[in-house]
Amino acid sequence: MKAPAPRWAYELNDATLDAARSAIPNGLKDAFAHVGEIQLHVHRDHLIAALTALRDTPGLEYQQLMDIAGVDYPDRGEERFEVVYCLLSLTRNHRLHVHVTASEDTPVPSVTELWPVAGWYEREVYDMYGVLFAGNQDLRRILTDYGFRGHPQRKDFPLTGYVELRYSEEAKRVVYEPVQLAQDFRTFDFTSPWEGAEYVLPGDEKAALPQAKGAPTPVTAEQIRKAGDDQSDKKPADAPSQPYAKEDAESTAETGAGNPHPNATPKPSDPDVVPGKGGQNQ
Amino acid sequence: MTDTLVDPNVDPAVAKTVGALDDAHDTHGDVAIQNYTINFGPQHPAAHGVLRLVMELDGEIVERIDPHVGLLHRGTEKLIEYKTYAQAIPYFDRLDYCSPACMEHSFVLAIEKLLDIEVPLRAQYLRVFFAELTRISNHMLNLGSHVMDVGAMTPNLWLFEIREDCYGFLERATGARMHHNYFRPGGVHQDVPLKLLTDIAEWLDTRLPRLFEDAISLVADNRIFKQRNVDIAVVSRDDAIRWGFSGPMIRAAGIPWDLRKQQPYDVYDRMDFEIPVGTKGDCYDRFMVRVEEVRQSARIMKQCLAEMPEGPIASLDRKVVPPKRAEMKQSMEALIHHFKLYTEGYHVPAGEVYVATESPKGEFGVFLVSDGSNKPYRCKIRPTAFSHLQAMDFMSRGHMLADTTAILGAMDIVFGECDR
Repeated sequence: MKAPAPRWAYELNDATLDAARSAIPNGLKDAFAHVGEIQLHVHRDHLIAALTALRDTPGLEYQQLMDIAGVDYPDRGEERFEVVYCLLSLTRNHRLHVHVTASEDTPVPSVTELWPVAGWYEREVYDMYGVLFAGNQDLRRILTDYGFRGHPQRKDFPLTGYVELRYSEEAKRVVYEPVQLAQDFRTFDFTSPWEGAEYVLPGDEKAALPQAKGAPTPVTAEQIRKAGDDQSDKKPADAPSQPYAKEDAESTAETGAGNPHPNATPKPSDPDVVPGKGGQNQ
Repeated sequence: MTDTLVDPNVDPAVAKTVGALDDAHDTHGDVAIQNYTINFGPQHPAAHGVLRLVMELDGEIVERIDPHVGLLHRGTEKLIEYKTYAQAIPYFDRLDYCSPACMEHSFVLAIEKLLDIEVPLRAQYLRVFFAELTRISNHMLNLGSHVMDVGAMTPNLWLFEIREDCYGFLERATGARMHHNYFRPGGVHQDVPLKLLTDIAEWLDTRLPRLFEDAISLVADNRIFKQRNVDIAVVSRDDAIRWGFSGPMIRAAGIPWDLRKQQPYDVYDRMDFEIPVGTKGDCYDRFMVRVEEVRQSARIMKQCLAEMPEGPIASLDRKVVPPKRAEMKQSMEALIHHFKLYTEGYHVPAGEVYVATESPKGEFGVFLVSDGSNKPYRCKIRPTAFSHLQAMDFMSRGHMLADTTAILGAMDIVFGECDR
């Protein structure tokens, strides 16, 4: 590893993977190391057994639970949430994370019996994602406001939220109101158009429309002829558009050349004076 | 006195509520006082921010504490998901606003770990140097406010002198007193002038020890200070582990665990310093661990000054680190890189890392999930305060109401980081 990130006992990764596979006989869906960090993907029903084994098995000894993180993957369908337990071994100087999946209404077993510190971390995941923890005695909201509705870290929760609050001078208290944005919510997607930008570049609006006849796609002469035949069958060709100048005109009066443009405004006599009727210059 | 009705010490209403009037209830010798619940904060000078403690008291003895946090929740993690990696760094300054550089450190190291880029040696020294300066400034605030919470005024003012010096130095290096945005993936933002380093060296040799040792000598052996802190909120080693303690809190419990030593990042493995540990795990130990850490931080900074090499202060990988502005004015390629890095930013390879550093308050971790785009898919911040504040309940149980301020002061909690 070239980066100066914290260097713990990375050399134990392989041995740890083997030890974890034998210590967690049931419910270990996947175990691998990525970017030097071990990920154990465990089935939800076997979570308590797996974490107990990780904590108590000699040779694993993950004494401390440092963090529980929720992650939302809406593309994964029903089991959209992932709960990640970051463990630390003080004696072996090693870290790993354990992943379980969860849906909105299937609770994850609580680990407060193993580590009392999990109480608040689980409350936070519940608050932010709505993942339930069976066995947590105190599963209240923790970071959001009293009486808050929704789970703000979900990917489908808007960044602006739904309600805003202000102190109302009339009511003499703080009032909650639906969010009103003074200007449109702006998202800047600077992703390169060649690397999956999700917006239409200015001028590219027609690119998504079906191509008209004569579009620059290389088509065979046969196809062009056919397409022309089809169109001419249904609809006669449009009359030629009004020419700018009559080709058979005999004088400039007929073509209109030299006349002022019908929409043109009279030129000001003094170029510095802009005439107007109380416009923004006056 | 067997007849409670004539007992002038008991309010009849109270006596009725607790059933003292029942014949079956032997009230001989009872003092009928109900437990009551009081609110500590959210606006209280000893709460170190916006903390609301709902306390259940039996007289003046704390029975139960329910901390309500989240009053400073700003949705930092959600906001970071909508920003590029470079735009997300300033949010870290605003987490623990008493040690901003150490907050940036974790995030920057996490990005570097996923990118797997090399960082020049001088940049690593500069980061360690300013992280330690930040540690000193953080401890000045905490030690000062801790002694003020238990009744001493003067040391706080002296320690704030040092803190002001630290802010002056940090401003000269980064341009900002508090919100530096100085650590960047691949190095630091800009080099420091030589005069600043010599000034800090002189400050480390003269002004810091004089002010600091003076201030600490006022409290460290002070009888009143010891009475307020010794044997208050004793935490055993097992409890410290089970409750996920870190930093000075776990060291005061007697476990020599310091991420700078155990899991060195940047050039901490080249530094020679000691880890102070406590013997009893009470508030006094926590205080003294921090006092010693300040001396060790000064030691690390001196080593940095002695060993810091010349050279680039950021990686020369132009796909991550933008070029110098002067270069941008001359070179077309530099201009392109500059434009790309400040609009689109860089793409970070997909992966999940948990990177934790030793912030002044303990283990500050970042669990970063990247999906390969230019924005973090998920950035979970592991605050140090969450585990410590959660233990507040069992730490204060059985102590007096006035001890909660000492316990809170010795925890070193800042709500920008706790609530995020």
